[in-house]
Amino acid sequence: MKVLQRFYLAEVLSGLGLTAAHFFRNLGRHIAHALGRVDARGAVTIQYPEERRPYAPRLRSLHRLVRREDGSPRCVACMMCETVCPARCIYIVADEHPNPEIEKVPARFDIDLGKCVFCGYCVEACPEDAIRMDTGILEFSSYSRDGMIYTKEVLLALEPAGPGGRPTSPVPISADRRP
Amino acid sequence: MPNLTINGHAVEVPPGTNLIEAARKIGVEIPHYCYHPGLSIAGQCRLCMVDIEKTPRPTIACNTPAVDGMVVLTETDRVKETRKSIMEFHLINHPLDCPVCDQAGECWLQIYYMQHGLYDPRMRDEKVHKPKAVPLGPHVMLDAERCILCSRCVRFCDEVTRTGELGIFDRGDHSEIGLFPGTELANKYSGNVVDICPVGALTDRDFRFAVRVWYLERATSICPGCARGCNIEVHVNRRRPHHNEGRRVARLKPRFNADVNRWWICDAGRYGFAFVDDKTRLLAPSRREDGAVSDATWEEAIGAVAGALRRFAPDEIGVVASPKMANEDLWALRRVLEQRGIRRVAFRVPPREPGDEDTVLIRGDKNPNSRGAELLGLDGDGAAILAAARARVVKCLWVFGHDLLQCAWDAAETDAALRAVPLLIFTGTNANATSERAHWVLPAATWVEREGTYTNFEGRVQRFRAAVEPLGQALPEWDILGRVLQALGVEVSAPRAERWFRELAGAVPVFAGLTYQSIGDGGAKLP
Repeated sequence: MKVLQRFYLAEVLSGLGLTAAHFFRNLGRHIAHALGRVDARGAVTIQYPEERRPYAPRLRSLHRLVRREDGSPRCVACMMCETVCPARCIYIVADEHPNPEIEKVPARFDIDLGKCVFCGYCVEACPEDAIRMDTGILEFSSYSRDGMIYTKEVLLALEPAGPGGRPTSPVPISADRRP
Repeated sequence: MPNLTINGHAVEVPPGTNLIEAARKIGVEIPHYCYHPGLSIAGQCRLCMVDIEKTPRPTIACNTPAVDGMVVLTETDRVKETRKSIMEFHLINHPLDCPVCDQAGECWLQIYYMQHGLYDPRMRDEKVHKPKAVPLGPHVMLDAERCILCSRCVRFCDEVTRTGELGIFDRGDHSEIGLFPGTELANKYSGNVVDICPVGALTDRDFRFAVRVWYLERATSICPGCARGCNIEVHVNRRRPHHNEGRRVARLKPRFNADVNRWWICDAGRYGFAFVDDKTRLLAPSRREDGAVSDATWEEAIGAVAGALRRFAPDEIGVVASPKMANEDLWALRRVLEQRGIRRVAFRVPPREPGDEDTVLIRGDKNPNSRGAELLGLDGDGAAILAAARARVVKCLWVFGHDLLQCAWDAAETDAALRAVPLLIFTGTNANATSERAHWVLPAATWVEREGTYTNFEGRVQRFRAAVEPLGQALPEWDILGRVLQALGVEVSAPRAERWFRELAGAVPVFAGLTYQSIGDGGAKLP
């Protein structure tokens, strides 16, 4: 290293210069835009959550369980997702389905979102296309660990996202977050 | 002895051996569905095709006895092509409902498709539909769609149990396995048809949807259900406690032993493990004083028992050992008895109703280790001990496992005896009416939670291994007795079952020379 580089002073000043250059350039562009120069566009901050960027169609968001026509889960409790899940956040308990053609149905299907890593393997592994991650819901939080466990009933009530990846079903709010 | 060549390897087999067994001898597996070494040969599945030199076309290996000079090839292109076609044929009407099928993971259709099939399905027509989820009896569920008509179950019911409930009905691709009218698959060995079914057609109703098979861990063991000592495998689910309602032992499967049970076990043994994860399990040592039960530590319990053995004269102490205890436990008990000079000991408690018996496997004596207890010299008059307790001669009674109020002895008299003794100690796995009357209860580990050996009625010493951890604070009986012995002032070395067995083999002449290694997985017959 050269002696000059060892002081870092030159590098610090050049970094500050770069930041300042961007700041003044954007300032100028925004002023120009405000004065009627429509083609001048400065850097934009999206005012989340009031403003949102459109989500990519393949975005992995909150899981949902796909329903049959009668509203029962399409899931047959084969445990493929539970087996493949690297975070071990899926808990399924199987039960007998009254229709022997379907035969098996989950009595319980819990996802512990506190553990989920959103890898999407459960969707890949599902042989029945019964679980999807296309709700567009990204905001779920809780004050407790139990509140992060989403049950079969909650997951079944969710709908796929609408245009631009906007959620079409209400965000499930855990009991401890309700007012 | 015919000498033949299989895939270039020379092999000598006894006359009459078929090619599947001959190939198995040199480690070559010929895929098959219908052939089972314990049943007659049907030649139904046509999968075990092999090429034999000088024969015009592939031949089934199961029904071809090995002949001197035969040259067999199991991996020629023609054989591989034949296997592939036969796999495709078997799967034409198969519903491919592996996600809901309990056999998935141990299904020979899955295994052989991956090994020998891997074709692109050409079946475009609607598959033939057949009844699904039909209970055939108390233990077996039939899914006729999944069946490949290998007829193993039919042959089992005809040849092994000789009850003949099952048959193949209808013709062509409408053929299906079914019950003869007015019958039910309720023989004492019905669970075995689930084991021999290579596909998911016959599944276990007890195990239905309980745990997926790939979550199970296995341990070799011995069935404790009767004096036969059938070799079994214990399948436990330790990693997913939310499955099977938290019960750890998921199922028992037979393990081949040519000298004991061959490939089979009875239903009573197969489904007789519910007590292991039952609510009545004893989880911690407890004491009962003035009717109030409170938990105690092992130190307190061992101290109390050792103190009692010291306090009472040897003639005032009676011990009712159990023929469900392993050899190691019984030997540790004998050491305790010898240490204190206790002579009043028995292990036989007659059941209310004599146990059922047959000529296949089931023995009337429903205890796994009566022979071991006899050989260790613990046979005495149990009724006399209770009579002495009633007469207030015996002042301390130590009962292992038995519910003395549920046996052939008069319940009122037994109750009087249990109430008369000033100190009643109970050691066992589950609570019962006797343990409720006990002043000290020491929880014991069940046989799947510990190691040990049983001696079956023929004098075969067989080893069982631990499959799961003991529930709560339960300990194996040998450990409890070893701690008591230590409290009585005898030095006891490292607490392991094997150590007790080594000591037993060194001290009891009939067991001389036996070690856990020499017993192995097949057991060792006593002279």
